[in-house]
Amino acid sequence: MSMPLVHLCMPPPEAEKPWLLESYRKRGGYSSWSRVLDGKLKAAEILRAVKDSGLRGRGGAGFPTGLKWSFMPSDCEQPSYLVCNSDESEPGTCHDRDILRYNPHVLIEGMALAAYAMGASVGYNYIRGEFLGEPVPRFLAALEEARAAGLIGRGLGKAKVDFELHPFVGAGAYICGEETGLLESLEGKPGKPRFKPPFPAQSGLYGRPTTVNNTQTLASVPAILQNGSEWFKALGAPNSAGTMIYSVSGHVERPGNYEAPLGVSFNDLLEHAGGVWKGRQLKAVIPGGSSVPVLPAEIIRECAMDYDSLSKAGSALGTGAVIVMDETTCMVSALRRIARFYYAESCGQCTPCREGTGWLYRMLTRMLEGRAQAADLDLLLNVANNIEGHTICALGDAAAWPVQSFLKHFRPEFEAKIRSSASQREAAYA
Amino acid sequence: MPEKTVRLSVNGRELQAAAGEMLIAATDREGIYVPRFCYHPKLSVAANCRMCLVHVEGAPKPLPACATPVAEGMKVETHSQQAISAQRATMEFLLINHPLDCPVCDQGGECELQDLAMGFGRDVSRFSEGKRAVSDPDLGPLVSTDMTRCIHCTRCIRFGEEIAGVQELGATGRSEHMEITTWVERSLKHELSGNVIDVCPVGALNNKPYRFTARAWEMTAHPTVAPHDCVGSALYAHVLRGRVRRIVPRQNEAVNETWISDRDRFSCEGLYVEDRLRNPLVRRNGRLLETGWDEALEAVADGLGQMVREHGGEALGALVSPSATCEEGYLLKKLMDALGSASLDYRLRRRDFRGQRNEPPAPWLGMRFAEVESLDSLLMVGCDLRSEAPILAHRVRKAALSGTRVSYLDLAEREYLHPIQKALVSRPGHWAADLARHAGDALRGERSAVWFGGIAMRHPAASELLEIAAGLPAEVVKGRISEGGNAAGLALAGVLPFAAAPASSAGRPSGMHAGLMQQQPPRGLVLMGAEPEFDCAAGAQEALAEAGFIVALNPWTTTWMLRHADVILPTATYLETPGTFVNAQLDWQSFAAAAPPPGLARPAWSLLSDLGGVLSLDGFGYSRSDEVLAELRERMDARPATGPAANGGATPDSPPPGEGSPAALELPIYAVDGLVRRSVPLQQAAAGRGAA
Repeated sequence: MSMPLVHLCMPPPEAEKPWLLESYRKRGGYSSWSRVLDGKLKAAEILRAVKDSGLRGRGGAGFPTGLKWSFMPSDCEQPSYLVCNSDESEPGTCHDRDILRYNPHVLIEGMALAAYAMGASVGYNYIRGEFLGEPVPRFLAALEEARAAGLIGRGLGKAKVDFELHPFVGAGAYICGEETGLLESLEGKPGKPRFKPPFPAQSGLYGRPTTVNNTQTLASVPAILQNGSEWFKALGAPNSAGTMIYSVSGHVERPGNYEAPLGVSFNDLLEHAGGVWKGRQLKAVIPGGSSVPVLPAEIIRECAMDYDSLSKAGSALGTGAVIVMDETTCMVSALRRIARFYYAESCGQCTPCREGTGWLYRMLTRMLEGRAQAADLDLLLNVANNIEGHTICALGDAAAWPVQSFLKHFRPEFEAKIRSSASQREAAYA
Repeated sequence: MPEKTVRLSVNGRELQAAAGEMLIAATDREGIYVPRFCYHPKLSVAANCRMCLVHVEGAPKPLPACATPVAEGMKVETHSQQAISAQRATMEFLLINHPLDCPVCDQGGECELQDLAMGFGRDVSRFSEGKRAVSDPDLGPLVSTDMTRCIHCTRCIRFGEEIAGVQELGATGRSEHMEITTWVERSLKHELSGNVIDVCPVGALNNKPYRFTARAWEMTAHPTVAPHDCVGSALYAHVLRGRVRRIVPRQNEAVNETWISDRDRFSCEGLYVEDRLRNPLVRRNGRLLETGWDEALEAVADGLGQMVREHGGEALGALVSPSATCEEGYLLKKLMDALGSASLDYRLRRRDFRGQRNEPPAPWLGMRFAEVESLDSLLMVGCDLRSEAPILAHRVRKAALSGTRVSYLDLAEREYLHPIQKALVSRPGHWAADLARHAGDALRGERSAVWFGGIAMRHPAASELLEIAAGLPAEVVKGRISEGGNAAGLALAGVLPFAAAPASSAGRPSGMHAGLMQQQPPRGLVLMGAEPEFDCAAGAQEALAEAGFIVALNPWTTTWMLRHADVILPTATYLETPGTFVNAQLDWQSFAAAAPPPGLARPAWSLLSDLGGVLSLDGFGYSRSDEVLAELRERMDARPATGPAANGGATPDSPPPGEGSPAALELPIYAVDGLVRRSVPLQQAAAGRGAA
């Protein structure tokens, strides 16, 4: 009865050394790219297929991928660029890491197809700095294999296609996962997001037309071309085509990455992860990475894990990082930990985020240390509201939403915590 | 306004703007104020302070007016509930970590943050956490730092990147820990670096020498004109209790836009120094004694009169600072003329005077400053432009970045912060040949110019260089970057040995030029603002000491003057006298005195006027300096103003001296005149620059 897992971006578990070119080819890999190189698959067909498939960005915002690709000027002067965002750093999220580790060729093929569809002959993969251990070497090795096999380079195949792919390893800043911060960093500058407009499709990397897509988004493309848009659409839920790799973490028996069709029910997903650990009760879930609003058990239990259902419930699918919290979780501590992250990772360029994130963190610290009053909760919420929507990039919103949602659903717990920690503190001085 | 305009409404008011223009530029033009910190009309848009958030109909969030292009039919509210609450929120965030040290902050009273906090801040802070403190980098002698006050608007960073052309300041760290710093601690070295003081909206970067000397609201602002280079930047002198406390820029788009050089900003630190002269000094029995003015002027009249009686009027000569005002120059010319001498000159460091009569009546650029930006090509000959005229160097940089091909012929490779088409570096002896060979190549396109800088004019064969330039096609503009703030004005006022006397329109007298006077000193020598040991050619001080009677009109004393002068008359600096400078685009810029000179010192124009009276000469006794200017302009109108002087005449054009050492041709940026040389911060900065 529970919805089965699928393997589209992730390799099937039975595949041996799935990161090797041979293994990927055995699974039908590079068949679409080979058709491009043979001149049998045209750019317009790829674009049409991706548009029709209903694929949406997996990096958090869920923007329709085909539409994004179509923003690239059609007959622009070269160069224009495709950039893959493998700077996966949203807390709780670890599926791009596994794509790089276990299925790097699906990403390379996806990037090649995407670049070809948009008329870009150069691609960059911006990989998170902390991935130096295993994912980066795997990706580099795959890239070499692909190059040696004549799949990457200049004048490829009968159709004489050019596609150069350059890997780039970041230096460990969350903000470089924001697409314009990423472009700045790729240009060698501090990762500070750019004000939009202009959007990258008009002026991106080095001022050229650029599209930035998430790793999992691009990794979904080969399957669409292999199996068709309708097949892909049928996999998921309405408005949520395809699959998602859910990174389930927190208080579950078997945390890990689970690729399932979009629209899988939360309960099914929790069952795949072995349920709440230690036989405890579910308290709350952050369904899409630490930026999205938290949902209490009774709401998330009713949700399907897709764009529309979670949005209707007051949260978002985000990156599909499902953070599960059991009944023993202190929501004040959890929120403080999240606030600490945004405080540390704000790029510092624009005022509300630079100043506000530290303020939120310090207020939450005071609440835990018994140096706060109930009225501080109103201030906390007001400061979060004052950050939201006032910043250059979405990091400000990402810092505000957890505060707003934790208070919306768990305010009495915050009030109780403020009282109890204050009385503990007083007792210590008595 | 460009062809395409759009119509939009702001607060219900219909207005027009150029397509693509940012909203804030349109509202500024219409006088609708939108609060801002990071936006600066001369710098790129950063949109980081978030103070200018406004309400745009249809937008889900408030948008920054500085980064939102106007669009047809756009409806904007700058004072709606949404806009005001966004602006107030930003103000609160800016203030939470800003120290409440306004009472001890020099920016207090002229602080953009303080001003806007009055309108958008709360009276009581809701922030009860500890405030951030930031350590202060030492940026050298000119700019003070209080980085805890920084609001991270990045104007200073963008100034460096975009205007100065070198990024001296940058941001390190992220989040709350972002800091503006030099990374490796070092002084600011760029000649325009002081402008970060003005672009900084708060008290983080401030005027270091001025620190703690006055409050903004106590001072009165007096418009004046900078004397140290041929640009004539517009300035305000801020004065408190009779003393100039600091200099700030005055906007003049045709001249200096909103920038000024560090030399113009910090030279005022040389005003009230130890060797500033407060009383006239007259030598009696070998010793200089302080006297009153009557006695001093009598002594001058006696001394000069004796020389005229014994050796004739032509035995007098005058060396004049190229930063003397037109009024001073004109009166001295009139006085010397009445005494029978045509020997007066402001070209103190020049060595080759051959062909001087063929030169244009006033040394100038040959074009307006703004036209520099539309040149196709520019060749600078012997011109260290960043030292000689920093503001012009900025114009040239803008031009080069937008496509002007800039080349130079110079003693050394210089660090121009823009693309260079061709850098010709050779020994001075080869310049004539190099110029002849390469000029055609360097000067391409419809609009081209060749400029001769200070080094070229100090060159032992300057006339040969000028002659080669004269042979270039007529459409090539031949320009001159002169030393001092008023070379053009003094030339027009007649401070040249072959200039017509003011009293007569006929006859070109022949006097001694500066080079000759420094070799064969006149019997009676008048120095006006010129300090022989610094302002003349090497070796001149020994020769000049041989003069029979020496009178120096100077704001300060020098060792040479104390040893050799018979009378030293304390004069006013440019900040203490009314006067007029003519810059290199021939703007006549008059200014009033900003502060009284110290002690008995007085403006040179008035003491020259009185001296004429003491000498019983006709036509002196002016009561106001503008009478002097009016007379000069009137006489200028009476004689032909343009075209080179007719050749001929008996002025001895001495043969040029030998090549000499290239180093002797250089004039360091902070050595150009007495005021600059006495500014301790500038001298410290010069040492810092040298250490680079």
